[in-house]
Amino acid sequence: MRRDPCSDPVLAAFAAEIGPSGPVTIKGGGTHWSVGGGPDPTARVVAAPEGIVKFQPSETTVEVRAGTKVTELHEVLAEHGQRTSLPEDPGSTVGGALALGWSGPARLGRGLTRDAVLQIRYVGSAGELVTAGGPTVKNVSGFDVCRLMIGSLGTLGCIADMILRTRPIPELEVWHSVFGIDPADVLQSCATAGSILWDGSCTWIMNAGYGVDVEHDLAVLAEISAKAGADRPAPADPPKLPPHRWSRRPSEALAMGPEDGSFVAEIGVGMVHVDHPVSPPPPDEGSVLVQRRVKQAFDPDSRFNPGRRVGGM
Amino acid sequence: MAVLEKLRKRGAGPAGTRDRCVADLVAALGAERVHNDGAARLLASTDASIFEGGVAGPVCFPDSTAQVQACVRIASAHHRPVVARGAGSGLTGAAAPLGEPVVVATTRMNRILEVDGANRVAWVQPGVINLDLSNHLSPMGLHFAPDPSSQPVCTIGGNVANNSGGPHCLALGVTSAHVLAIEVVLSDGRVVMLGGLDAEPSGYDLRGAFVGGEGMLGIATRVAVRLTPNPAAVRTLLLSFSDVESAAATVGAIIAAGLVPAALEMMDQQCVEAVEDFCHAGYPRDAAAVLLVEVDGMPGGVEAQAAKVEEIGRGHGAGIRVAADEQERQLLWKGRKSAFGAIARIKPDYYLHDTVVPRGRLVEVLQRIYEIVDRHGLLVLNVFHAGDGNLHPIIAYDSREEGMSEKVREAGREIISVSMEVGGVLSGEHGIGVEKRDFMPLMFSNTDLDHQARLKSAFDPVCMMNPGKVLPSPHSCADISELSRASGDVWG
Repeated sequence: MRRDPCSDPVLAAFAAEIGPSGPVTIKGGGTHWSVGGGPDPTARVVAAPEGIVKFQPSETTVEVRAGTKVTELHEVLAEHGQRTSLPEDPGSTVGGALALGWSGPARLGRGLTRDAVLQIRYVGSAGELVTAGGPTVKNVSGFDVCRLMIGSLGTLGCIADMILRTRPIPELEVWHSVFGIDPADVLQSCATAGSILWDGSCTWIMNAGYGVDVEHDLAVLAEISAKAGADRPAPADPPKLPPHRWSRRPSEALAMGPEDGSFVAEIGVGMVHVDHPVSPPPPDEGSVLVQRRVKQAFDPDSRFNPGRRVGGM
Repeated sequence: MAVLEKLRKRGAGPAGTRDRCVADLVAALGAERVHNDGAARLLASTDASIFEGGVAGPVCFPDSTAQVQACVRIASAHHRPVVARGAGSGLTGAAAPLGEPVVVATTRMNRILEVDGANRVAWVQPGVINLDLSNHLSPMGLHFAPDPSSQPVCTIGGNVANNSGGPHCLALGVTSAHVLAIEVVLSDGRVVMLGGLDAEPSGYDLRGAFVGGEGMLGIATRVAVRLTPNPAAVRTLLLSFSDVESAAATVGAIIAAGLVPAALEMMDQQCVEAVEDFCHAGYPRDAAAVLLVEVDGMPGGVEAQAAKVEEIGRGHGAGIRVAADEQERQLLWKGRKSAFGAIARIKPDYYLHDTVVPRGRLVEVLQRIYEIVDRHGLLVLNVFHAGDGNLHPIIAYDSREEGMSEKVREAGREIISVSMEVGGVLSGEHGIGVEKRDFMPLMFSNTDLDHQARLKSAFDPVCMMNPGKVLPSPHSCADISELSRASGDVWG
């Protein structure tokens, strides 16, 4: 039966702290504080509660407070051989990761951040506690308000608590790098490729899966390298990613070249990490209209994270 | 005459009262694309649920985005609501028209517009049939992952509206995870593009908000779907058990062992017997329950997963049959997929439920379902997606028997209540529609529902898209008096 979030003293206290009025900015780990524009310095800064509420390995779900560090969450999940698809940026919080909505460079294998979210509890603009989504791994009951919160940069509500879907950690996960191969060949031939990063000359590959499958794909990788006249792939750490993101289609990422400056492209995904900021293409006009209506409907007084704007707004 | 009489009984206005709206639609679309005869309206007045149906106004069959825009604008000018309709295979009354709306059937918008193998995406019109798309993609080694049981008839537009699932969504996720972008006609006739084909489209995730919107947010006119590579290897196992508890415990143990099977389906003895009578899939009739487990991936991993499933199954006392070849695999799946057809041989009507419960509570909930139907003297068959706790109790009955429909509905109410009591949700893949609209307060507070209504109003501030569904009064913005009849039609 429905659990009243107000009966949870931690959530109730968080809602009371936010209250019904005045500009508020919610701060997670502060790791991506400038995305969407820095927050208005006059806004009151609040931090979400921390801690893992309930981890049920056999349900593959975990309820966690938004202020919990992703790395801390993953340490606990790993004790049961599980994790979530959220990226592990050092210092970032689970709530921050959802508010940002970015997926990590291993999304090809681990899936998208947005698809990990089953339920979100947040504080709305009148200081009210709201539950969106549901606790089970499958749920289509009502409108999917959760999706609006993911990537909203905290501009629609203050995320307090969430239930995430967990996934088993693969039996084997290894990184290799090799110069001079076509990364498209890896995407085509290696089903265990959980991440393929390419900087125009070097390709880094993370193979993840059952040991026997990973070993098979490493042999395939060696064949691809031999055919290209390249050295054998060597164990390697993943590359450091340039600071800016350029969201492209997968085929566009493959077409990157020296004229684009230094880059690391996520092959099969389309995200390209570049050393200079790139303006996103102009958004669809009609969609901007709906986005404005969303903001107006959820935060009519514009009290949440003033100064920060999601793309296109 | 009988058709007209049926429509009139449901409250339809006499023919001709809305002529100006029809005339405008005909002028915009052509007479062949606007059906206002009684038969067409009756056909469009219900879906595949037990909901008796509403009353359709003129039924339009546009074949382009521009024609959908015209339908919406004309309906708006005549103060008529609009209901979008795909194959009509929904199970919650979501596509059942309330208040004589203009019905926009997307079935003629059935073209696969573009398949981009390099980017693993296809643009399709909303009327494309789910299975047609995967069959079309098959030579490229790709498919569209959501595979509801209605796959041979349901449309992609309907899948988007309902955020549809299916057996293979256990590993791959439901429709939302497989839709990248959607072109939508809003209630003011404006065309908007939600989402995008790049890695992380900017802005609020309106795409994600639209999926599962049950036609209440707008009408999808083009959909970019993510294409999934076909697995290199597949292994299908049938595990049979002498008691339901062991079958359910096996489900939990498989998941706890870190396996994510491609599908993990369960059928109880009543269902097995019905299926065997119907299609002779070779299921053991003496089993109290069977699990159909499919693992896929690369050959080595498939071998390892299948061995682990066998080990866990044997540990729980299962008899095990492994499909030796594709033919046997298809036979095992035929049993699962024929379940609904099999039921039709037992009773003329069935009421299919769709709640989700935590996997750890499956046994308890199944026992309580058996108790509920026994108490009402009803027949239930269980065939469901055990891997994600998505129950599908099917109550088979004959609606011509006196008082039977009321009993079925009462049992349904109790099943929903039990599922909610153990921390479950109202729907795993069918949606809310009219069927579960008035149960929403079991799962959501007034505040939660108010926020869902805000999402609706951001897309459709004038409340003309499929009114009367999903949100119970007073959260629904429906102000059409006829809509109040809806709850009575389903739940008595």
